[in-house]
Amino acid sequence: MAVVRDIMAPFDLLQPSTAAEAQRLLARYGADAWVLAGGMDSFDWLKDRIKKPAVVVDLSGVTELRGIRPWNGGLEIGAMTTLAEVANHPGVQKNFSLLADAVRHVASPQIRNQATLGGNVSQDVRCWYYRAGWPCYRAAGETCFADTPVGRNREHAIFGADRCVAVHPSDSAPALIALGAQFVLRTASGERVIEAEDYFVGPNREITRINLLQPGDLLASIRIPSDFAGARFYFEKVRDRNVWDFPLLNVASAMRVSGGVIQSVRLAVNAAAPTPLRLRRVEAAVAGKPPDASTGAMAGELAVQGAVPLQFNAFKIPLMRNLVKRAIGGVEKAVWA
Amino acid sequence: MSDQAQSGNPADAKPIPFGQGYKLIGRDYSTPDLPAKVTGRAKYAEDFRAEGMLFAKLVLSPMPHARLRGYDLSRALALPGVRAILTPADVPPAAGPHGERVLTAEPMFQGDPVMAVCAVDEATAAEAIEKIELDFEALPFVIDPLDSLRPNGPNPRAEGNVWFGRELKPLKWTEADFASYANGQLPMGHAPSAWSYGDLDAGFRNAALVLDRSFVTPDVSHQCLEPRSAMAYWQNGKLVIHTGTQSTYQTVPAIARWLGIPQDKIVLVSEYTGGGFGSKVTGTMIMLVPALLAKKVHAPVMMRISREEEQYLGRARPGFQGRMKIGFDRGGRITALDMFVICDSGAYGSQFDVIASGNIVSLLYQPPAMRWRGVSAMTNTPTRSAQSAPGGLQGIAIIEPILAEAARKLKVDQVALRMANSAEGPAEYGPVREGQRAHATSCFLKQALAHGAEQFQWSQRVAQRPRRSGTKIRGVGVSLSAFSGGTIGYDGLLVITPAGKVRFHSGIGNLGTESVIDVHRAAAEVLDVPWDACEVVWGDSSRLLPYTCASDGSQTTHAMTRAAHALGLECRRRLQEVAARTLGGAPEEYEVANLRVFHPGSGAGMSFAEAARHAIALGGIYDGHQPNPGVHPATQAAAAALAGQGLVACARDRFPHDGGTYSYVAAFAEVEVDVETGKYFITDFLAYGDVGTVLHPKSLGGQLLGRSTLGMGHALGQKWVYDPHYGAALARRFYQTKPPTILDVPVDMQWNALNIPDPQTPVGARGVGEPPVGGGCAAILNALSDALGDEIFRRAPVNADTILTSLEAGRPMQLPLATGI
Repeated sequence: MAVVRDIMAPFDLLQPSTAAEAQRLLARYGADAWVLAGGMDSFDWLKDRIKKPAVVVDLSGVTELRGIRPWNGGLEIGAMTTLAEVANHPGVQKNFSLLADAVRHVASPQIRNQATLGGNVSQDVRCWYYRAGWPCYRAAGETCFADTPVGRNREHAIFGADRCVAVHPSDSAPALIALGAQFVLRTASGERVIEAEDYFVGPNREITRINLLQPGDLLASIRIPSDFAGARFYFEKVRDRNVWDFPLLNVASAMRVSGGVIQSVRLAVNAAAPTPLRLRRVEAAVAGKPPDASTGAMAGELAVQGAVPLQFNAFKIPLMRNLVKRAIGGVEKAVWA
Repeated sequence: MSDQAQSGNPADAKPIPFGQGYKLIGRDYSTPDLPAKVTGRAKYAEDFRAEGMLFAKLVLSPMPHARLRGYDLSRALALPGVRAILTPADVPPAAGPHGERVLTAEPMFQGDPVMAVCAVDEATAAEAIEKIELDFEALPFVIDPLDSLRPNGPNPRAEGNVWFGRELKPLKWTEADFASYANGQLPMGHAPSAWSYGDLDAGFRNAALVLDRSFVTPDVSHQCLEPRSAMAYWQNGKLVIHTGTQSTYQTVPAIARWLGIPQDKIVLVSEYTGGGFGSKVTGTMIMLVPALLAKKVHAPVMMRISREEEQYLGRARPGFQGRMKIGFDRGGRITALDMFVICDSGAYGSQFDVIASGNIVSLLYQPPAMRWRGVSAMTNTPTRSAQSAPGGLQGIAIIEPILAEAARKLKVDQVALRMANSAEGPAEYGPVREGQRAHATSCFLKQALAHGAEQFQWSQRVAQRPRRSGTKIRGVGVSLSAFSGGTIGYDGLLVITPAGKVRFHSGIGNLGTESVIDVHRAAAEVLDVPWDACEVVWGDSSRLLPYTCASDGSQTTHAMTRAAHALGLECRRRLQEVAARTLGGAPEEYEVANLRVFHPGSGAGMSFAEAARHAIALGGIYDGHQPNPGVHPATQAAAAALAGQGLVACARDRFPHDGGTYSYVAAFAEVEVDVETGKYFITDFLAYGDVGTVLHPKSLGGQLLGRSTLGMGHALGQKWVYDPHYGAALARRFYQTKPPTILDVPVDMQWNALNIPDPQTPVGARGVGEPPVGGGCAAILNALSDALGDEIFRRAPVNADTILTSLEAGRPMQLPLATGI
């Protein structure tokens, strides 16, 4: 059969107006349904004709899944809230600027106007073999094309590889993990609230999935607790282009400092592994130490212990080391005459 | 010509204020196509619709090299709404034994078109494609030219791997030739093309410093925002085709040749072209698909090309694997230069880049002794074509980092080293042919370098301390740059209408450079008419076009201002004759200004409107019935078809010219690199041009900075990525191929130009599209090595991976000579 990578295959477009209705539709169609949020990931799959769902459930009309509201001293953000809305929200900017900073680094302004926070954390990997429809492990095949002696893997994983070496591409995910966010899922058996870092599924658990959502499930909202409101934050994303580029690596940290030492800290990186990585060992090691250059250096070295580079991505090891160093110890600012 | 006379000595040349001595030339204005472009009213090829229009979709080869043994179209043809499937048997034969075809049964690269499906809509066509069964026999393939040159390396097609002129033959180097590969130096076996002049050995023997460096430049797609979509239908035996092209005039003969039909059976509509950069010269064969299908199904057919298809079909610059050995004296003057390049010419035909690279290097840096050797290799990768400064960018990207390193090692200022080597005046270039070398018409690059250095505050930036602060290091870079800037011998055509308007017929493609309109101001200048009395028709071959150059090689401004100047003189003479024959006296007693032809003594005269009516009454040579016999037959035919519409004038450029026309740029850049992340930003940039007379300042600025940005893309991250085991393209979408965005360049990039007229052309104006490109790339590379040192990169683009790996491991990243990584 010849292949064409253009023009969506036909599907039934269902546009529920309530989350309950969306859930009913998803339950009815199960694995035949595709959940459409902002479409920034979906349309690639659909237009490439690699995914041909019978039914697309479009959540754009479900108003209850949109918007940002106070929650327990923190915020609850509807999964269908756009990244631009998140970045521009006064409450996010005031108390959780880490998240605003992270989503401002996603893709481009046009994409941020359309992309949703739920979509950003739920998007699939961008490995160029997988996205081109090659029959790799993640596509239920029996090989990885990126991890060969000549495979092109500059942007692939240095941690967490298990047959698949793709990396998770989200910029918002590490910020949400650092903020201790909770993801609110609506499943057939009722509402389920999970820690942000537990939402993501690595190839060691299930290689053809990227997150916990089962057919029929919805990611309804993301709750940000008040724990780190107004805390000391750090976000940095390194990419080739200054706009419209996935991360080569990103880092997010949230810390409370008191008496000159780190009282509590949460730290995560992404684009290093098939899932966002929360660096618990580093968090434990820096707790109680001053957030200075020496602690930062130690944190950086610790963070990359156990990293396994592929043919073309060894640069990610010093990159991750240095980003973690900065996230904990700060950046030595340039001062020009 | 400008009032300010220039002495023969280029060193005395001074910048001239734009527009000095002219009313129109050198002045800003808005071209008439702009409102439609900025409001979205402009219709590009895929915006057209026709009654009963059908759609076409392409079937592309999934393999890098294969033979189509058989196929089954029955299920696809049975799908309701499918009207026809075009196969390789339905398309014209290739021009030569190795030529490209519209569709092929032996695809030469992944993405080579094999079939095209025509259906009532694109959804049906796509569904039909998935019902086509193709039976391919996989054939040997090669992605990296060096792999094909190895002793038992694969050939990209049965006949061989390297172009010897127009012949494809096998060329294999020895294991001994490849010995240097392991340490990252380019192997240099036999090269089919070579030339040299001067005493190379003595040059190296007498050098104070000799550097021998290898460098790899990327394959980079043109990435026109408008892909090569086309819509076509046949009407009363004529083909009407809507597409984007770089030449309204020159595309018609190309289509005629490809389809085997007379030119007068073709109407080409191409009012707006969404970028070309060399990829739409004179068109692309794939645009014949809707024409062939339309004939088959007797209905209009639209073929919209997707971004991924454009990646395969939209052409690209060939990457080079290059090596250069240069000797320098203590002052930094080159004593000898030995250049070796391998050009990845892709799947069909040898690319001009390989030859241009040697010519441009020899022109720009004037080595007293030089050898150039070139290998043009075929690979199973998409078809290449000229891309802005073909070979020029690659040559400049290879030599400039070596010059930067030499300046550091010799402790010579970077600008001073380039001043010592820069071309000047009627500089010679290229090989010796029949006892002599070609020479340029003129070159004031040293002045551009000097004035550019002053404007950029080069000395202050070099002296600035600290160079490192925090995790950031700043570096500054300068690069020379040049490319061809003009040809000669084309025609102009205008009508002065009975309404008193001056209407120019423009055969130039409207690809965004504004030359489609700009050049006609040279004729208006001669006629001394206000611009608002002028109109230009363009973008449609049925509008009767004069013999016009294609807009490639940056030739248009030069070639067509010459034609326009000749046209202005011809029209003025005809106006004088019409006045004399109507009002008495001798023609030369009449003057032409402000839309009148008049006798300055008596005041007798007539308006252009009246002159047009008198021209119609006089007929013959005045109203197109007897066109100027000195112009191209196509121009004569166009003038004859306009007969009776007014005063019809046409003329050919026959002005003297004996040099090669080139334009020059001195490029300056500053970068700021974060050594902990490998991320860098371009903080400042200046392109200073020696482009002859400035015709349209805003357009010139757009070209100088826009094309510099095109060059910067090659330094910043734009490239192809190929899996060599499967012969498959991995970077296929914008987010993967990474053309530079507006946020990747400084917000206040600067430009300037000398505005010194070229002595060999009446208006003095030369083209500028391509000359900045090499400088845009190399100034960034040189600023990076200024910041980071000479051992950081041996290829472009330079990204965080290269910088961090080098800083960490103390060596450039692995596989330094491989392509497609």
